[in-house]
Amino acid sequence: MKFLRASNIKRCIGCNICSLTCAREVHGLISWQASGIRIKSSGGISTGFEATFCLACKEPACLNACPTDALIPRKGGGVIFKRQSCIGCLECKEACPVDAVSVDDSGFPVICIHCGRCVSFCPHRCLELVKE
Amino acid sequence: MVANRDYFRVLVVDLKREKSEVKRLEGRREFVGGSGLCALLFERYGLKNAPWHNENQPLIFAIGPLTGLFPLMSKTICAFKSPYHDQYTESHAGGRSALSLFFANLDALVIKEQARRPSLLVVGSRRVEIRDASYLWGLDVIKTGKIVRRLVGEASGHRSILRIGPSGENLCSFSCINCDTYRHFGRLGAGAVMGKKNLKAIAILGDERAFFPPGKNYKKVYGKIFKRIEDSGMMKKYHDLGTPANFKKLNELRSLPWRNLSATWDKDVDRISGETFAEGHLLRNLACSGCPIGCIHLGYIREKFMKDHRYYFEQVAYDYEPVFATGSMLGITDPVKVLKLILEIDAKGLDVISTGVALAWAAEAMEKGLISREETICDLKFGDAQGFLEAVGHLSNQETEFYRHLSRGTLAAARIYGGEDFACVLGQEMAGYATGELYFTAQALGFRHSHLDVGAYSYEQKHDERDVKRAVDFLIKDEPRRALLNSMVSCLFARGVYTNEYLAMCLESVGLKDIAINLDELSERIRFYRWKLRFDTGFSPEDIKIPRRFYKVESWKGKVNPKFLDELKISYGKRLKGLVSEGEKKWT
Repeated sequence: MKFLRASNIKRCIGCNICSLTCAREVHGLISWQASGIRIKSSGGISTGFEATFCLACKEPACLNACPTDALIPRKGGGVIFKRQSCIGCLECKEACPVDAVSVDDSGFPVICIHCGRCVSFCPHRCLELVKE
Repeated sequence: MVANRDYFRVLVVDLKREKSEVKRLEGRREFVGGSGLCALLFERYGLKNAPWHNENQPLIFAIGPLTGLFPLMSKTICAFKSPYHDQYTESHAGGRSALSLFFANLDALVIKEQARRPSLLVVGSRRVEIRDASYLWGLDVIKTGKIVRRLVGEASGHRSILRIGPSGENLCSFSCINCDTYRHFGRLGAGAVMGKKNLKAIAILGDERAFFPPGKNYKKVYGKIFKRIEDSGMMKKYHDLGTPANFKKLNELRSLPWRNLSATWDKDVDRISGETFAEGHLLRNLACSGCPIGCIHLGYIREKFMKDHRYYFEQVAYDYEPVFATGSMLGITDPVKVLKLILEIDAKGLDVISTGVALAWAAEAMEKGLISREETICDLKFGDAQGFLEAVGHLSNQETEFYRHLSRGTLAAARIYGGEDFACVLGQEMAGYATGELYFTAQALGFRHSHLDVGAYSYEQKHDERDVKRAVDFLIKDEPRRALLNSMVSCLFARGVYTNEYLAMCLESVGLKDIAINLDELSERIRFYRWKLRFDTGFSPEDIKIPRRFYKVESWKGKVNPKFLDELKISYGKRLKGLVSEGEKKWT
């Protein structure tokens, strides 16, 4: 299985193209928040940037917290989101220890699916899709 | 929520009443957004005949119909009546401001009236708050930014923080609004407009979670534009040396202003060239939100402050213009000293180009004995950074009568102390291009007195002939497309990517076909609205004088031809007046 990794995040220039790409290409939205990956400065803009996205846990806390089985295990790590089962309680967001769950306009969770669409748009090759 | 409305959604904030109103304004098809929208809003909320400091004058920020939807559509237009010349003007900046406004679900923010006490305005998609900021008054822009980030709390990474320094509070005519630390609404005194309103800072929270996609074709067109940017060579140009790549080229052309434009070439150019900064002083790059280029070059200052290997470390953005203004123009060729000066000017909230050029005039005035330490407190000598560093603080605080006059602009001071002949002012303090007669004319009479109003310096490098009609035709023809790009609002670095054909494609893909099919007329019309406001607020080409120093410049083409320069100025002034009278018949 392939996983998104921010292997070269130290190269990040904070353009937010990855977030906008994920929202647009994967979730059909225009957003820099409702996206599987979000960028923010680490300790103020002067000290670089960090990317927040699903780390593909083997035993995902979000999955355990979901009361309706809207999150099912993804092979190798991470989760697959089933919108039709989701009631929008956002327990998954509360449970995620790295704050990787964002929320769309309708109140449903948005979680990285490790598809790698953002990778091809990143101008500094900060991101990569890694086979693990 | 839709991202492509065919009207404008504007938040009008009344600082005195501490109340705001969301307005739905028609006019998208006529005014488009950005620069055009600012003209519409100033026409509605501005007081053309009242001075800039009248508390009812608006401070306007506007984005365009393609902001947030396409790459490099990353600028915000700020419009106001300028403290510098008391006429309508615009200033543009990037950073996170444009996307923050977009994701705050606003096309524009209009700020009216004066707050009763120093204030912080917080604006989001579901939040408008005016908070006491008395304790921030007097702080520099760096400290202010840090405190405001903590105060606002939410939307980290997805917000823009605009603030002024002491120079804006003290109403300096060329104080700027700092935008996200490394970008600026600079030049013609936007900072003083905020200062007059008792508005220390504005936090714009881009906290609307998501918009629906604007059209079926949108994703495909986005991909095409992104590819076009990658193929254009822009990435390389701006990833590489950035705008400071111009130093060696302009010096070679004998067009780089040195020591208050007393020379246009110097053997020491290598010490402040783009290559020198990139190799020895570049820390990293940053981007405006939504732009993959990352043209912001951050330099670093590492200085030993104790014998025992104790260092401090600071970082500051550099570009061609700031390095020209604090480097070649002041005769300073030590890159670290240049960066320190830029940082000091930035921290006080002054515009770096205007400040550098004003101090260059002061140094020459001191050299010629027109002013002394009695006026300046410190010694101002070309090549001596320490004096200039001290002078920045004096200027920001307006320590003496002299600095009070200088804070109104170089010519304002020269009228009192003498030295008008060598004041390097073309409508406002010159930008770093001494390419010749056409550039001097274009900046002197330009809409914003900016080197970006028209591509005069570029035309001049390609045309040696002295043909008044052809040259002025170029200025007239070049401007409307820039007015259109400033209405979308694109970074002007992307003007080669966003031809009218591609702009039309983008507009059509987001459902704004009726704008897409009418770009040529809209460009002309927006240009007219902007100029009409300038003329209505007092602009008169005849009142602009080009100081003698510019008549003595020698570039690669030889000496400036005074007759050609005068003819260009007269002809361009007439054409601008003609544009407005023709436009009035056609569009009003």
